[in-house]
Amino acid sequence: MAASADAPDVLDSLDEPISPQATNPLGDRVFHVVVRGIAGVVLVIFGSIGVFLAYQSIPTFRRYGLSFLTQSQWNPELNKVGISSTLLGTLEVAIVALVVAFPIALATALFISEYAPLQVKGLLVALVDLMAAVPSVIYGAWGFFLLMPHASLSSRWISEYFGWIPLFKVNTDPAAAIWAQSRFVNSAFIAGLCVSMMVIPITCSVMRGVFAEAPLGEREASYALGSTKWGMIRTVVLPFGRGGIIGGTMLGLGRALGETIAVLFIISLTFNVNFHILQNGTSTISALIANDFGESTSAQLAALLTAGLVLFLMTLGVNTIAAVFITRSRSGAATEI
Amino acid sequence: MSAIEEIGQASEEVARASLVSSPKLTTEITGAPLDAVKVSAWFGTNRVLSRVSLSMPPGIVTALIGPSGCGKSTFLRVLNRMHELVPSAKLAGQVKLGGQDIYAAGQRITETRKRIGMVFQKPNPFPTMSIAENVTAGLKLVGIKLSRSDREQLIERSLTRAGLWIEVRDRLRDPGGALSGGQQQRLCIARALAVDPMVLLMDEPCSALDPTSTRRIEDTIQEIKDEVTVVIVTHNMQQAARVSEQCAFFLAQQGTPGVIVEAGRTEKIFNSPDDPRTEDYVNGRFG
Amino acid sequence: MATDAALTTIDPTEVVQADGELATIGVAAASPPEKDVPSSLRRVATEDVYAVAGSLVGSFGLVWVVFSYVLPLSGVVGFVLCWDVAFLAMYAGVTAHSHPRPVVVSRVMAAVIVGLAVLVGFVLLTVVVYVVAHGFDAVRHLNFFTQSASAGSMTGTFAQGGIYNALVGSLIQVGIAIAIALPLGIGTAVFMTETRGWFVRVVRTVVEAMTAVPDLLAGLFIYVVFVLPFHGNYPWGHKNGIAVSLALAVAGTPIVARSAEVALRVVPGGLREAGLALGASHWQTVRQIVLPTGRPGLATALILAVARMIGESAPLLIVSGFTTFFNGNPLNAQPMISLPLYVYETLRSGQPAEITRGFGAAVVLLFIVFILFAATRVLARQRVSGR
Repeated sequence: MAASADAPDVLDSLDEPISPQATNPLGDRVFHVVVRGIAGVVLVIFGSIGVFLAYQSIPTFRRYGLSFLTQSQWNPELNKVGISSTLLGTLEVAIVALVVAFPIALATALFISEYAPLQVKGLLVALVDLMAAVPSVIYGAWGFFLLMPHASLSSRWISEYFGWIPLFKVNTDPAAAIWAQSRFVNSAFIAGLCVSMMVIPITCSVMRGVFAEAPLGEREASYALGSTKWGMIRTVVLPFGRGGIIGGTMLGLGRALGETIAVLFIISLTFNVNFHILQNGTSTISALIANDFGESTSAQLAALLTAGLVLFLMTLGVNTIAAVFITRSRSGAATEI
Repeated sequence: MSAIEEIGQASEEVARASLVSSPKLTTEITGAPLDAVKVSAWFGTNRVLSRVSLSMPPGIVTALIGPSGCGKSTFLRVLNRMHELVPSAKLAGQVKLGGQDIYAAGQRITETRKRIGMVFQKPNPFPTMSIAENVTAGLKLVGIKLSRSDREQLIERSLTRAGLWIEVRDRLRDPGGALSGGQQQRLCIARALAVDPMVLLMDEPCSALDPTSTRRIEDTIQEIKDEVTVVIVTHNMQQAARVSEQCAFFLAQQGTPGVIVEAGRTEKIFNSPDDPRTEDYVNGRFG
Repeated sequence: MATDAALTTIDPTEVVQADGELATIGVAAASPPEKDVPSSLRRVATEDVYAVAGSLVGSFGLVWVVFSYVLPLSGVVGFVLCWDVAFLAMYAGVTAHSHPRPVVVSRVMAAVIVGLAVLVGFVLLTVVVYVVAHGFDAVRHLNFFTQSASAGSMTGTFAQGGIYNALVGSLIQVGIAIAIALPLGIGTAVFMTETRGWFVRVVRTVVEAMTAVPDLLAGLFIYVVFVLPFHGNYPWGHKNGIAVSLALAVAGTPIVARSAEVALRVVPGGLREAGLALGASHWQTVRQIVLPTGRPGLATALILAVARMIGESAPLLIVSGFTTFFNGNPLNAQPMISLPLYVYETLRSGQPAEITRGFGAAVVLLFIVFILFAATRVLARQRVSGR
């Protein structure tokens, strides 16, 4: 007999749904409270960092006004405090690092996921992770002692042949018999090269993780149509991995923006709005903070903290974009960033 | 009472009446009767079961059959209060174990789940525990300690009831995940039986297994049904016919919540069902 | 030609061509059946090998000539770059002779990709080799590990002085930081995986945001909130060991939380259900099933966090003092030196002996990170086989 075959609407209204109230055992209630408490503590700690930085920016803007963002000099004694040149330097270093790191990370990720023999794949993945774990002091030291002399030669070559582009111009004569090497070192360019070493493993591992998830069925379909390996990569792997490519790049950008030690090793801190990336002298926010934090007056410290807030917001924004791209893409569900 | 309630009662009586004449009731039974009374279930505002009533007496295997998506598994999970693990889950009606409503206020949920055990579709032995530890996991989890000899006896008894003892007696220390799929599922059955439940709910236990393991598990079901009330969800009709004495046919037509179209003795459901929809289903005209 | 597809046996060696001539078709003669010999399907054609090798050598010679005699270019980097470009051009040309365009593109792209990957590997190698080579003179003395920097002098021999104080300092600081970050991180991870609701989403967003924060800012935060205001009055009012530990903990907790969450999320939901269905409470299920099952992943998360914390240098610039003396007490007012800061300060000092010591400390740092990493690989392999 099918009682439910009649008048379902009438029957529906007769029932009153309840959400069953489970009487949880005492242990569970304690567990939930404790765990929620821990998460709350963590939330408070981290929330307070952001709040704290923001709070300190009030006296700074009150004192220096909006010129804080437009002033290029950082000279507390003369009451000229501004981060425009520092911000520019930060962006220059980060963009150089990205421009260098992106093709390399992409190629390495493709190599590991598509070209490497099966036996060494695990080893290569571990190597990339190891590269990411190497402390930045070591990359900074390598950059200063080994990379800089050689890279300054490349800088000279670039400024010699491409110096007509203002970006690559250096205020010296690169073709002189005794060339002023000191003008080519300590530059944003070399700092960017060094930082790229730290960006590459992060970006590469996100990209590789995403390429590995490209569906086998689509790969086989491509081959079955007679395409070459590169053709398959171009039509299946790369489009599938688009989210990971962009997301990984954004993550790398975030890292590059915040890198301190390597930059400190390489650049000489100057506060000119300097578009010549091959030329010595630049500053980044993290280098500025690390260098000047010993300031005694609270106003200067507050100014530094405000600079820190700008850095914090930049990295936060970049990482949020990264997360959005990675999770919204087709490949996102399987990626852990 | 209103016409609707009369009809509701009538369907309950039909379900029960079909079993009164079953010869099975005369053997010794130690399980407990499980009765669902006008159970309706929602996920949020989406109603998935509508006033389902069913009696599941001890000593008998009750099979819940029907096409996928008509609420059989949800009904099963209502029976041991797993349904409410989903935050938006809502419920109306009663589920009575041995006469007592398990959803009544004050009923401890962990006690209920100990008395009504469950075996899942995908075998899930605990990977960090050995075979022996898996069997006693139910006791260990709630902190019940046994003496060594009691524990060994329990392990042997549970594995024997599940039909796995002979195959694993020499490797009780091996990890639980090292067994084949069918053995893992039998291990899960042993684990569920070790806490001595009154009812065992089985949610498509053989659907992920090969035919040989399936047969072994069906034999196990026959062996334990006197001690434990067994309710099994299956969408393999041949299995339902082999294994059960009572069947309930669930159906959810498009957009409507699931209901029991017909319930009764298995022979009747398969050979001379009352409802034409039942007849269509058991004859494979849709599925 | 036999036109009917019947079973007439044709003499396979002769056929009448359209122009009436007899032609002999080579037919695979029915040789006596041999045993099946499997042949690998992944043969590389010899001509492809020659194409690569030849292009490599040819381009090398070309660039060498151009560099040395024709154009006034110099520098190793420039040479390698030009060689690479020339190789690609030559390889493309050679392949184009016998293969259609898509294949040429595919081969050249493969060469580009392999080349860039090799470049990265090579550069990484130079990093390691350079550091080891320059630190070797300091590291090979045993006193490097047993004496503090105060025992030696900046210009003195390597037989005196070492990084004992920095090693111990790193150990203590990271130890305390982990003792703070581990329970906080794992607790947060358990919260995120075992609970539901809007609060979970808030916490997860904040944790993810915090993994992006540059570690420098963590150091700055601790400095301004703890060190400055409490200056001189409390244990954390100085740039000492505990201040560093706090900064490291702030930087490390989000990382621990996120990797722990990943490790716990991988535990199949069916196991939790099975535990609950047996009548266990939520906490019992978590403690006895979820956490033990996720243990390998959690251990990996822990080790990776330690590896990162040991190499963390940016916050040290702010909250750590520099000293050559040994200080084993994180709570006193004395600064506590650790490895990364030691490396930084000595390498910047300009003194050749100090620089060598700095590289020596860098070698030790690299070695520690490497060992920790190897431990995670061992754990990962155990996890795969133990299941």
